[in-house]
Amino acid sequence: SINCEATVNEAKSEGRTDLIPSIKLRHCCLLRNQRCLTAYLYDRLLRIRALRWEYGSVLPANVRFQMCAEELQWFSQYKKSLAIFMRSLGGGEGLDITQDMKPPKSLYIEVRCLKDHGEFEIDDGTVILLKKNSQHFLPRWKCEQLIRQGVLEHVMS
Amino acid sequence: MNMQSYFPVPPGVGMEENFLSLDDILLSHERLPVRSDCAFPRLGFLEKSADTQDIAEGTKMELPLWLTKGLYEKKRKVVSVELPKVYREGWRTVFNADPNVVDLHKMGPYYYSLGSQLLHFDSPENPDIAQTLLQTFIGRFRRTMDSSQNAYNEDTSAVVERLDSLEKGLFRSGQIGLNGFQSWEKGQATQLTASSLVLNYRKRKITDIQP
Repeated sequence: SINCEATVNEAKSEGRTDLIPSIKLRHCCLLRNQRCLTAYLYDRLLRIRALRWEYGSVLPANVRFQMCAEELQWFSQYKKSLAIFMRSLGGGEGLDITQDMKPPKSLYIEVRCLKDHGEFEIDDGTVILLKKNSQHFLPRWKCEQLIRQGVLEHVMS
Repeated sequence: MNMQSYFPVPPGVGMEENFLSLDDILLSHERLPVRSDCAFPRLGFLEKSADTQDIAEGTKMELPLWLTKGLYEKKRKVVSVELPKVYREGWRTVFNADPNVVDLHKMGPYYYSLGSQLLHFDSPENPDIAQTLLQTFIGRFRRTMDSSQNAYNEDTSAVVERLDSLEKGLFRSGQIGLNGFQSWEKGQATQLTASSLVLNYRKRKITDIQP
């Protein structure tokens, strides 16, 4: 069988140029493995990045469980970069560009609660109880994240 | 995942491959009939048909595209690539006659991409192969685009199953556009939706419960 290092040394020291095709073939295999691994890891990063936009800045435990330490660190740094960028918008006032990704039609929307989520305070101090199957008329900006996370459902009339 | 924020690396165009594209990695897994123009010492174990220590010069093998591309050299004889059946003159005549008749999924499924990659191997038939690829695509494109724009909420499997992977991608884009437009017309475009991560997780939980 081909023991790569020994073969390479033999090719060099003994001038065995006939071994070069085999060395080259094995090198192709190594490059192939490297390509597959890199593409896989890169694709994971693209999906993790998309989660920040689609789901939110805090990932559910079952997803975090599937991520390696480097990926968690990457997500945390990406979050930070995004936050810094968003704070710099609107003349220093900041703008949350992860909100209103679909053009809003109204300030308030009808939502139905899909699972018990406990108490929820809205801006004027009122507290709403989000109980499964309850329906509420709430400010859109407060609901967007909960809708993305599957707690609320946007009811269209 | 069907997310609007997930942008996977697309496949390369023409003779190019994108290193990080998963589609191109799958494409380069396809096998080509190849003949070795030199010996590969000590690699006999790769060739299951013969029981030799080395791969001899002149051995016919089926190698994946990635390995073939890696070994092929213009100026030196390392490997020679034969044309797979679908790209030879016989089949090219069929394609030139009526490109819409052919089941490109069966002939492929990477008919166009693999055909384009074949051009790396300096066959004297390259100009004809390139021409056939182009004309076949042009001949079929109209029908693919038409059906993708007119099949709303229908079972499109009969159409799709005869398309090669590139055409399937185009068909899917057409459908996404069509469905997006229809949803906008119905006023559904502004409905806020749950992340696909949540939807997929929910689906999986339901199947956990079922016996």
